[in-house]
Amino acid sequence: MIHSLFLINSSGDIFLEKHWKSVVSRSVCDYFFEAQERATEAENVPPVIPTPHHYLLSVYRHKIFFVAVIQTEVPPLFVIEFLHRVVDTFQDYFGVCSEPVIKDNVVVVYEVLEEMLDNGFPLATESNILKELIKPPTILRTVVNTITGSTNVGDQLPTGQLSVVPWRRTGVKYTNNEAYFDVIEEIDAIIDKSGSTITAEIQGVIDACVKLTGMPDLTLSFMNPRLLDDVSFHPCVRFKRWESERILSFIPPDGNFRLLSYHVSAQNLVAIPVYVKHNISFRDSSSLGRFEITVGPKQTMGKTIEGVIVTSQMPKGVLNMSLTPSQGTHTFDPVTKMLSWDVGKINPQKLPSLKGTMSLQAGASKPDENPTINLHFKIQQLAISGVPRSLHSKTF
Amino acid sequence: MSGNSFAYSEQAGGGEATELGQEATSTVSPSGAFGLFSSDLKKNEDLKQMLESNKDSAKLDAMKRIVGMIAKGKNASELFPAVVKNVASKNIEIKKLVYVYLVRYAEEQQDLALLSISTFQRALKDPNQLIRASALRVLSSIRVPIIVPIMMLAIKEASADLSPYVRKNAAHAIQKLYSLDPEQKEMLIEVIEKLLKDKSTLVAGSVVMAFEEVCPDRIDLIHKNYRKLCNLLVDVEEWGQVVIIHMLTRYARTQFVSPWKEDDGLEDNEKNFYESDDEQKEKTDQKKKPYAMDPDHRLLIRNTKPLLQSRNAAVVMAVAQLYWHISPKSEVGIISKSLVRLLRSNREVQYIVLQNIATMSIQRKGMFEPYLKSFYVRSTDPTMIKILKLEILTNLANEANISTLLREFQTYVKSQDKQFAAATIQTIGRCATNISEVTDTCLSGLVCLLSNRDEIVVAESVVVIKKLLQMQPAQHGEIIKHMAKLLDSITVPVARASILWLIGENCERVPKIAPDVLRKMAKSFTNEDDLVKLQILNLGAKLYLTNSKQTKLLTQYILNLGKYDQNYDIRDRTRFIRQLIVPNEKSGALSKYAKKIFLAQKPAPLLESPFKDRDHFQLGTLSHTLNTKAIGYLELSNWPEVAPDPSVRNVEVIELQAKEWTPAGKAKKENPAKKFYSDSEEEEDSSDSSSDSESESGSASGEQDEEGDSSEDSSEDSSSEHRSDSESVSEVGDKRTAKRNSKSKGKSDSEDEEKENEKSKTSDSSSTDSSSVEESSSDSESESESESESESKKVTMVRDYSFFQLRINTFEKVLLIADLEGLNLSTSSSVISVNTPVFVPVKTHVLLHRMSGRGLAAHYFFPRQPCIFGDKMVSIQITLNNTTDRKIENIHIEGKKLPMGMQMHVFNPIESLEPEGSITVSMGIDFCDSTQTASFQLCTKDDCFNVNIQPPVGELLLPVAMSEKDFKKEQGMLTGMNETSTVIIAAPQNFTPSVILQKVVNIANVGVVPSGQDNIYRFAAKTVHSGSLMLVTVELKEGSTAQLIINTERTVIGSVLLRELKPVLSQG
Repeated sequence: MIHSLFLINSSGDIFLEKHWKSVVSRSVCDYFFEAQERATEAENVPPVIPTPHHYLLSVYRHKIFFVAVIQTEVPPLFVIEFLHRVVDTFQDYFGVCSEPVIKDNVVVVYEVLEEMLDNGFPLATESNILKELIKPPTILRTVVNTITGSTNVGDQLPTGQLSVVPWRRTGVKYTNNEAYFDVIEEIDAIIDKSGSTITAEIQGVIDACVKLTGMPDLTLSFMNPRLLDDVSFHPCVRFKRWESERILSFIPPDGNFRLLSYHVSAQNLVAIPVYVKHNISFRDSSSLGRFEITVGPKQTMGKTIEGVIVTSQMPKGVLNMSLTPSQGTHTFDPVTKMLSWDVGKINPQKLPSLKGTMSLQAGASKPDENPTINLHFKIQQLAISGVPRSLHSKTF
Repeated sequence: MSGNSFAYSEQAGGGEATELGQEATSTVSPSGAFGLFSSDLKKNEDLKQMLESNKDSAKLDAMKRIVGMIAKGKNASELFPAVVKNVASKNIEIKKLVYVYLVRYAEEQQDLALLSISTFQRALKDPNQLIRASALRVLSSIRVPIIVPIMMLAIKEASADLSPYVRKNAAHAIQKLYSLDPEQKEMLIEVIEKLLKDKSTLVAGSVVMAFEEVCPDRIDLIHKNYRKLCNLLVDVEEWGQVVIIHMLTRYARTQFVSPWKEDDGLEDNEKNFYESDDEQKEKTDQKKKPYAMDPDHRLLIRNTKPLLQSRNAAVVMAVAQLYWHISPKSEVGIISKSLVRLLRSNREVQYIVLQNIATMSIQRKGMFEPYLKSFYVRSTDPTMIKILKLEILTNLANEANISTLLREFQTYVKSQDKQFAAATIQTIGRCATNISEVTDTCLSGLVCLLSNRDEIVVAESVVVIKKLLQMQPAQHGEIIKHMAKLLDSITVPVARASILWLIGENCERVPKIAPDVLRKMAKSFTNEDDLVKLQILNLGAKLYLTNSKQTKLLTQYILNLGKYDQNYDIRDRTRFIRQLIVPNEKSGALSKYAKKIFLAQKPAPLLESPFKDRDHFQLGTLSHTLNTKAIGYLELSNWPEVAPDPSVRNVEVIELQAKEWTPAGKAKKENPAKKFYSDSEEEEDSSDSSSDSESESGSASGEQDEEGDSSEDSSEDSSSEHRSDSESVSEVGDKRTAKRNSKSKGKSDSEDEEKENEKSKTSDSSSTDSSSVEESSSDSESESESESESESKKVTMVRDYSFFQLRINTFEKVLLIADLEGLNLSTSSSVISVNTPVFVPVKTHVLLHRMSGRGLAAHYFFPRQPCIFGDKMVSIQITLNNTTDRKIENIHIEGKKLPMGMQMHVFNPIESLEPEGSITVSMGIDFCDSTQTASFQLCTKDDCFNVNIQPPVGELLLPVAMSEKDFKKEQGMLTGMNETSTVIIAAPQNFTPSVILQKVVNIANVGVVPSGQDNIYRFAAKTVHSGSLMLVTVELKEGSTAQLIINTERTVIGSVLLRELKPVLSQG
């Protein structure tokens, strides 16, 4: 399956390599660099690149390319999904997954990778198991290890590996038993010029933080389970129970995990809680353009909208922008032509707006189309799809 | 203290390093040639020193630095001797890092690597399973050919290890050894065969991986393990699931007949259109005989379905491709939702999934049409995703949605991403050709784009318009004129060439413009691109032929220019054209036909999807993504014409494994958890009972064959019911009384009506009541019974090797069976009256064919009587025939595999059956109101045969007497979700009262409700298990249509019944 793994940073340096079978020369990455050059942007690099003797499958995350080298037929999603899992594991271990962090922890990274794959086939990918085999580095542990001479490497096979609940380790003890569930919903909508919604989809996840003693068996039920017609589960959830009773029944992993994610499709149209008024005009044969956008709340059910960030890719002809925001800060990068405006909270009484002029390249014709505006925002304690969970009971 | 020592050693190490550095520079080193690398050498010397120190911390530090070097790709091979010494280190972290080093460099330093082998051999015997496993991992990863025999031995030993984790590593080691020395193949296959039988979910994925790599063609190894793999699948770790699903897809394509043909006629014709010829032939051949899906085929499809909800995209994709390749076409639809969900994932996942959707959407538009909007392009998508989405949108476009799509495309055309805009224009062109309604709209839209400021957009539009015009050679003179004007401004060669070609082709329609264009082009000929030059030559030739008066000179001028062009292709073309069109004495007969050659009607280009030819690759594979065969790609074979013998998948029950892996105590420890998650499917095959005990066979309510077809089913019964969730233990005495209560005396707490029926039952056995199906109490009996059953089983499992054998037979049953037989014999006379079946079909189903039953044949049919074994059971009558010439002894039922909650009452063992003799016995099965299959084994003294019974939905009902008023009242309460309806179209003669009545009661065991209206027929029944009402209404409408309405709380059964009734009522 997976022959080798190369980690490549955005400037094209291979800063880590790991081989699970015989060594593949790093020159194989030249094909990757070629493809990288052809694709102007990092995210346009094709995930699958064939070379005469190998195939390169890559994922791009945290400004690092994870390039897996394979030699024979394998489902590409298998490799891609695994690479993402590797990134998630690193993030889990080190908090962030970035080049300096990986370089600093190269030994742990290597040990983890060694455990995750054997002969290119995944061996242990559950973070609970991995953490028992190789303990994540913390300052405290480093100190303890230097004093006692103990190591970060476990010498017993994690119990999870053998059981049918591999995600949970045994012998967990807490003095305070607690379980938290976060329901996070994202709406993804395309809105046309006039403000009407073309499509809107809701993608929701339930992230859990469970700190319970022993082997708890939890059930979780929903007020309105019919809305959750398309779900994917953490392996701990019992499929059959969900199918027959619409109840989530599971033995949770210890710590943080994603219990399920769901998808409410475009059919049931959603009310978008925010609107944007825009007035952007370019004039032919004029080197100035007008720019004005206002953001306001709409159907928020009394909740405040926070963390509003407006970004927009301006056309090439825009040389610079001089804008004044009524609140927040804004930046315009003249090279990438990316305008970003960090608004913060929206105060319904005084709507935030951003006004000003654009200086356009002289002589350039006016762009065909107004720029697309991307809007990110957060609302606490509001589930747009209307799937609050109602009850959860525990049995031990 | 030790902290100090560590600090000290750090210092010491540093000090040494500097010292050594001085040494290296000051002393004249013998290896002067290495001067260049001295800094490296220095460092390595220092590392060597550290490795040889007797402090673990120093060693660890050194190893960490070495691993850092390996990670960066620096060469650390010269440290090999120093590192290999530490292979036996007590410190586990040092040991691990040494392992890392060894695996990396052993191939280069084979002789030295041998030094470490003995350490591993010792570690292989370590009591700690982790150490055994990692020793095996490293040993097998050292690619040194000399140790192949040692590896082989280690693998063999590990494959019989107690710990499934070690066995998993053994499976990985098989692949490593195979890649090192392919000559070991035969021996390795033996190990694979052994490991395939392993029951541990941990091992399954890895061993299938090994199978795929070593011997993918040995499909025969899978037969015996097929059902086990299907049943374990849900519990295997996600990576294993992917591999197993892919393997089983291939397996299914070789072992089962195609489930596709039946849909052909009914569904859309576009499918036929895409299918290759031979496939169709194959199908028509098969159409002759009715298709029944192999229960194993169904098992696979059913058991993979829940995995569509996996969080792992690879698993979802694997299931999707399985459904695509092996499930009946009508069931493929369920995968689309899950695939669309994956589109919210990472860019790379999206890329692969969209590619697969693109291939699917060509063949089956309907699947993704409801999700059209999910494929709308977002401004944040990377270009490659945008283009794939466009591709899918094009495939999904039809008359109904094209107008919205075109509006969407209009926005895309304006995108700042020009590559994407160009692709959109191509897409519009394809939509225009595919959907004739919008061709004109698209064309005019494209013409508008000609005045776009962006050159790429204009050029792309020109190319597309050219293709469109070619398909519609009607009056488009205006457009051509417009395009001719563009020649002055546009510079993209492809577009210029397209315009020229178009003018040449239509030169007779624009007689004034064409020569002028040629004049202009003649002027700029030398500066044009090669592509344009060729088209200028073509244009010249065509004009010469049609309008030689005006253009003769111009053409000759161009031909002269072309003659001296730098490009040989253009020179060739020039010579060729000159010979063809300019008449001279040398020119042959060909020139007479020049006009025909140049101005022939050209077939319009077909604008096709680039994904059209990808469907011959298995979906979800690398080969599909690349559209070329990847190394190691395994073809998906075509369906066989005739299914190979399905009995190869049957597994023998008694086959003892000599060695026991797991001690009983441990097995017990594992049991409870196993029970939770695997839905307690268990294999009846238990080649090695020891590992069985590990996987909790006690709760074997195998759903193995539920819903399978009824082609081979069996009669038999076991004395008790499996309840995997039974926990409390009840005493035998209790059980008996409970049983006696519910059986012989009847339900003490049931309603009056029932009592009456009880009476009638005693008086007249033919009119047995249906009311015993009332939701009465009476779980106690079955539960307590099953408890003792599973209890006893657990004991047997652990102690005995033959589980599934202990049965508790109670005396009552003997009597009851005798009773029942009497009852059943008299049921042949069916009278239409309340509470008794209106009609009892005489159709029997084959349970066990005499060929596969080695002479023992069994048939079953549903007598439609309330079952006397339990009021939630459906009674089944089984006729056993002995077709052999000897006695068959001790016919009984074993190894029941029932889905959750289902229960079964078996018949008493039959002592012996004479040759040519036949005997009829009764049994009862509680199907829990589902059409799931009850599987069990029909055993004789010598043999065991797997059989299963799947009830038709109509047999899960019992008729109910009801007045029209009550019917309407009940129906009024069962509306909304509880109502399903459909429209039936049939000839009028099918809608006479008697025909309808006969057809409905033939399918379902329902009671007739007297009706006041002529055109409405009502039937009432209740489900056997839950007693929910099932109301069927057939309402005749105008013309030859009728409305079929079913009202019931059990919507699933209701819709199944509706599906079954519909075709019957509509056929003649």
